[in-house]
This record gives sequence, structure tokens and C-alpha cells, in this order.
Amino acid sequence: MNRVIARKVVPTYHQIFKLSRKQFCSDEAAKSSAAAASSQFNQESDANLSLTGNVQPYDIAIVGGGMVGMALACSLATTPLTKHLRVAIIDSSPALANKPCIKREDPPDPRVSTVTPATISFFKDTGAWQYVQQHRHAYFDKMQVWDYTSLGYTKYDARDVDKEVLGCVVENKVLHSSLLSRIEDTDFQKTIYHSRLTSMSLNPSSSSIVVDSTAPTEASYARGSLAKLGLSDGNSLYAKLVVGSDGGKSQVRELAGFKTTGWKYSQNAVICTVEHSVENYCAWQRFLPAGPIALLPIGDKFSNIVWTMNPEESSDFKSVKEDDFVKAVNHALDYGYGGHPKSSLPGSAGMFSWLRGNVTISANESFEIPPKVVKLASERMAFPLSLMHANEYASKRVVLIGDAAHTVHPLAGQGVNLGFGDAFALSRIIAEGIAVGMDIGEVSLLKKYEAERKLANMTMMAILDGFQKAYSIDFGPLNILRAAAFHGAHFISPLKRSIISFDPHGMISAGLSKSKHEVTDKLTDQTSDQESNTRISSTSVLSFYN
Amino acid sequence: MALKLLSKLRHQNLQITRDRNHHRLLAATTLFYDRPVLNLSTTDDSKLIMKNKPQTTTSSLKQHELAKFAAISDTWWDSEGPFKPLHVMNPTRIAFIRSTLCRHFSKDPNCARPFEGLKIVDVGCGGGILSEPLARMGAAVTGVDAVEKNINVARLHADLDPETSTIEYCCTTAEKLVEEQRKFDAVIALEVIEHVAAPAEFCKSLAALAYPGGATVLSTINRSMKAYATAIVAAEYLLHWLPKGTHQWSSFLTPEELVLILQRASINVKEMAGFVYSPLTGRWSLSDDISVNFIAFGTKDGQ
Repeated sequence: MNRVIARKVVPTYHQIFKLSRKQFCSDEAAKSSAAAASSQFNQESDANLSLTGNVQPYDIAIVGGGMVGMALACSLATTPLTKHLRVAIIDSSPALANKPCIKREDPPDPRVSTVTPATISFFKDTGAWQYVQQHRHAYFDKMQVWDYTSLGYTKYDARDVDKEVLGCVVENKVLHSSLLSRIEDTDFQKTIYHSRLTSMSLNPSSSSIVVDSTAPTEASYARGSLAKLGLSDGNSLYAKLVVGSDGGKSQVRELAGFKTTGWKYSQNAVICTVEHSVENYCAWQRFLPAGPIALLPIGDKFSNIVWTMNPEESSDFKSVKEDDFVKAVNHALDYGYGGHPKSSLPGSAGMFSWLRGNVTISANESFEIPPKVVKLASERMAFPLSLMHANEYASKRVVLIGDAAHTVHPLAGQGVNLGFGDAFALSRIIAEGIAVGMDIGEVSLLKKYEAERKLANMTMMAILDGFQKAYSIDFGPLNILRAAAFHGAHFISPLKRSIISFDPHGMISAGLSKSKHEVTDKLTDQTSDQESNTRISSTSVLSFYN
Repeated sequence: MALKLLSKLRHQNLQITRDRNHHRLLAATTLFYDRPVLNLSTTDDSKLIMKNKPQTTTSSLKQHELAKFAAISDTWWDSEGPFKPLHVMNPTRIAFIRSTLCRHFSKDPNCARPFEGLKIVDVGCGGGILSEPLARMGAAVTGVDAVEKNINVARLHADLDPETSTIEYCCTTAEKLVEEQRKFDAVIALEVIEHVAAPAEFCKSLAALAYPGGATVLSTINRSMKAYATAIVAAEYLLHWLPKGTHQWSSFLTPEELVLILQRASINVKEMAGFVYSPLTGRWSLSDDISVNFIAFGTKDGQ
């Protein structure tokens, strides 16, 4: 396999890959284009090396080309006010070096994400969703949440709020390559640096003010209007704005000196893909004493398991035999640790009948047992969970998005959705800044972004953390309280509707109806409250594997 | 060195104030003189000129002058410093200018550099807070201010970014530009007219600077009770947003007066908007409320 080891990828990169852009399933095309690309790159990179004396500064340097970084690039590429910007993407992962060819027959990757309808509409606005639809993806419109005490259960249905879906589960690599494909459709001037960030400096010493026209970039940097980034392969580049989208262990965050607050959960998550004998259209989550287990449909009779448990158990489950693991999963989803809740129909829900209001469709549905797992379809992965929040998202010329700014517990599948929210908000703020002729690295502009996203992110994080703590205690009265909450959410229809439509990002109230983004339907958004979308934020997953 | 200059200027300002009953800002803030009759101002300038050579090109700036003005330049462009209110209000003013000029010159408002090909003059540019965004939007900007110090500060800062280093800064007045027979597509004078002794003549000069059919944008503060309460009492004395004595209420113009003066200078005011500050969000926004700050867009007759 030709690993393309180009020092600098020239703008013709996207032209070369247009050959194989639409041919996801053609191995030959991918190989031939990679071969053509590598020979081309060697020539071009030599030519570029000789010009390093006169480096043109970039407008934006996106450090970390994961899903969230690419979402920002895609959004910038498809907005009229920002599509002229010159962007450098710094990422050393192979996914950006060789465009992976994703085939439908491939077994599903265990790293998947649940995207909320808000995120889906962002993707649709930028035009990347069409590429997602070409691959395996699974909408789901039903959810069932219950716990081991068999005291209560809740079912949600998208039709409760007149929507068609509650969310969609997509593999991370599909989301990533869809965004990349969309960018390559456009003429966006992006340059990908296959390298890691090693140094970043923003404030040069004031004594070195040079009035010298022979090195304008260095002069601008010396005057503080550019940031200088040093890469591990020896290159250095200048940019007006540095965006840190490099995951939970963000290098940008560390170099910029942002402090964080957070704590580790004494839990690990085990994820894997499993197969059923029947199609699964519903998302299931059962809270067990040590943590929730979630089963999410990913299409083609596959489902994804996310099982939160103690670290000791997680290493056991990771290494145990496949058959035993499958048995354990079925046990956990079924009779393990406690029985099934009784199906109560509205007529018998005595004390809540007067609060019913318009009965939701899902309130009429009885408790169902999730489909049995037949076999394991992927390797098992395990990693620790923690909560982290950067105290500030932005300072002069530096801004953080995605997991670099915040990581959450996966129990509600919100992590990457918060990241996407950040990316699209930052892109909109940059467009607004350009509309009034501002320098995009200016603190006042970046603080606008921070103010908007911090509130939304912190609200969600507080809710998720609250639930994580509430469900980690096995104590009789508390169990009954939780069961009452289940009942309440299930039967009190107005409450259920507001839970499904919970809008933590304030998208509806902020009136995100800019010219390219119209809120046409009432957007549904998910809370952590008894959801079964225990999706691990894939960006947090990636951070453990980078 | 800088402090000596500042105190000297302050001293001279106090003398002038006694003479003229005309408030001038203290040295760290903008000084707008319009009348060429101000002998004292030329004396100021000449005294300054003796110390600093008249600067016409960026490359002739000397090292010791850079150091001298580096200290002052911070305050103009220090977004937390004494000019903070102007920085905070700036994006709102530019939004109005962008939409009116794009409509007038039939430019695409969704493109990143809609003012490409337009010549704009920023009268009373101060440190260049307005000129720089206009340059980033593609315009060929000329910034003029009667205070040499401001021009130096503006030029230093504009050189930091290649996109703004094309701005032409001149230490001159609108009248002198008219004498040089300079013409522009758009003439912008924001927060100037309330500091001018003869607004009518000032507007005539502005009109003379514009091509027939060109655009003129002025902003100022309304002479209303609400403006007295907010722009003078609150801003200068209570919140200390502006130095005391920055504005004099009697120099404010009402929108009707401004429209009339502009009409006499053959400029028809087409659009007007107000700036409203929300203490909750700390942001300014455009609105129909012209009771305090307002901005007017007009076109010159003749096309």
C-alpha cells in the first residue's frame, strides 16, 4: 500500500483524488490514484521545499482533522462568505493520508456515533449528508429505556412529536469521509499537513519589531498579527487563527495554556458490534447497577453495544471468549440483575391518569425485550470515561472546538453532537466576522463563539453528569424515585414531548435561520434523560487511539 | 517622551478651550479640527512636525519613533482600554455601511470583499478603527484626520496586517482634500460632526468630496434628553466609558437638522438607523430608535 509521505500536500491534492472520489467501492481506482498521487506529490513537494523561504500565511489552521475539524472545514467551504479562506489542516492520521475506500460489505466499525436531528440538518445544509446516505446508516424512531430494578420503563417514539426519526446512527469513518468528500467537491483551498503539532507561539518578544519588507510574513508574525505553528516534520506555518480540534488530549489546548476542570468516572466503556437474526429499529438502554448497557441499531441487522461498567469487569469482558461475551450481553439486556418491568397501559396508570393530556403513541406500547444477540461482529474495545471542560474556549488567535474543549459521559450519545454544534457555530461566527471586516483572530469575535457554546455545552454536561451520578447508586428509596421518574416520563405526555424536543443548544430560540440554514421543522434534540443512545463520542474514542 | 507630548497637548488644549468654548478631547482620544482657521492647531502640528518628520510612506518610519508611538498605539487599539466603546460599537456601524453601500453600488453582499473597486474616504479616522475593516472588505481606503498622532498610530497598526497596509492615511482636513480636488465613491464621517464648529460647511466639504451619485454616511448623537442622560451623564460621568468633556450636548444635531444640512449640501438622505445598546448582552444593535446614536446614509445629487 503506497503510503503517501508528502511533506506538503499541494492544492492539486483534491484534483487528484477527484478520480476516486465517487468510486467508494473500487479498489483498483483507489490504488491507481494513490500511485499517481504519490509520484505527483514527490515532484510537487520537491518544488515546494525550495520555496520555503517565502511562506504564505494561512487564514485558518485546523489542528486535528477528525470529524469535528472536518465539519468546520466543510462548513467554511460551503458558506459564501468563508469559502475563499486558505485553510491548513494538520493531522497525522492515515485516514487523511490515504482516502479510505469504504465498502458496504465491510463489517461495521465499532466506533459509531448517534447524530441528532440538529446535526443531521447541519450536514444537510452543507451538503455532506448525501454522502452519508450512500453508506450504511440507520435511522431509528423508537427508544426504550429501563433499569434492572424492574420498577419502570419508558418508551419514546418519534411520532410523539410528529417527527420521523429520533436520530441516526452512523459509523465515524463514514461521517468523516462524507465531510471530506463534500469539501473536495468545492474549490476550497485546503492544504493537509500530515504531521503533528509540536509548537505554537502567538506573542513574539516585543523587541523584535522589524520594519522589513523582505519577509512580510515574519514581520506580521513579529507584530502579533499571526500565529506560528511548528510541526513535527520540521515545517512551520503561519495562520491568523488556530483552531484546536485535536481531541480530548488536545495539544493546542496545552500549548495555549487553557486550564481544564473535570474528573474521571470510575467506569470504563466496552464497545463492539453485534449481529442479530432480525432487523433492529429501536434503540435500547438498560441501566444496570454498574452502568448502562445500550444497544443501537446500525443497519443490516447489526447493532452497536456500549456497555459502561467497572474497570475490572471491563478488562474481563474484553478478554473473555466471544460466546461467553454474547451470553453476558444477552443476559444483561434481558433478565440479568433483575426482572422485566410490568407493561402498564394508560388505563391502569392510576395516579397519573389525570396528568395524561394527549396520550402519546408510545405510552400505549408495552414493554418489549430487545432482540437477541446472535454473534459478535467486531473486536471489543474498552476505554476509561471522564468528564472534562476547558475553562476557556478562546484566546487571541486560538479557539477550541469539540472534545478539545469538552468531553462527556457517553450515556446519552451527546459528545460528538456537541462537537458538531461547536464547529458549525464557529463557522457561522467567522462568517459574521468577515462580513464586518474583522480580523478573524480577534479575541472579541472568538469570545462571541465561546459565550454561545459554553452555556449550551455546560448545560448538557451538567445534566449528563447528574444522570451518571443518579444512576450509580443502588439504594432502595432512590431506586423507587428513579422508577417514579420513569413512569412520569413515560405517561405524562407533555413532559415526554418536552424531553424529546429538549433543545440544549438553544437552536430554536437563537433563531438559527441564517441564509443557509433554515429551521424548517421543529428540531428534536435529545437529553440524557433515560435515553438509550449511549453513543460514545467518537472523537473521544479517537483520542484514545491517537 | 510620549508623556511629555501628551501633557504638552493637554496644556495647549486647555488654553484653546478657554479661548473657544469648544470642548476638545484630551490627548489620548480623537481630536477633530475642521476649520483651517485654527492657527493654534497648525502650531501644534508644526511643533509636532519639528519633532517628527512628516510621514508619507511606511518604510521611512524611524526606530525611535516606533518606540515612542508604540506606547500610544496600544490605547487606540486596546479593546479593553479607553476606546472600548468604539470597538464594541464598530461591527454594528459596519453592518449598516455594508448593507447600504452594497445596495447602492449593486454589489453582492454575500461575497467576502464587496467593496472591491470602490474608493472610500474615512474623514476623522482617528486610529483607523473604521478604515481597517473597510479595507478588508476590498475598498481602496483613504483615512484622514487632523491630528498627526492619530495618523501615525493608524499607520503603524495598519501595517501589521497585509490586507490593511494598503490604506492611505493623510494628516489633513476635509477642506484641504476638496482643494486637492480628490473625489471618492463613498465619503464616511462617523462621530465627527458633533465635534465640528460649523456643521453646515463640513457637510458641504463632504459633499464636494463625493462623485455625483456617490454615497455619504454620517453618524452622530441626537440632541435629545435621552441622549443627554445616556451619552453624557451615563457614559462620561457614571460609567466612565468616555473621558469627561468628550461631547457637548449643544453640539449634537437632531436627525431633522442633519437631513436639512445635508440637503443644502445636495445630499439626499435615503436611510437612517439607530444604535441601541443592550446592557444585558453588552452588544449594540441596529434599530429604528434614533433617539441617541444614529447613522444616516445619503446619496449625492447629480446622477
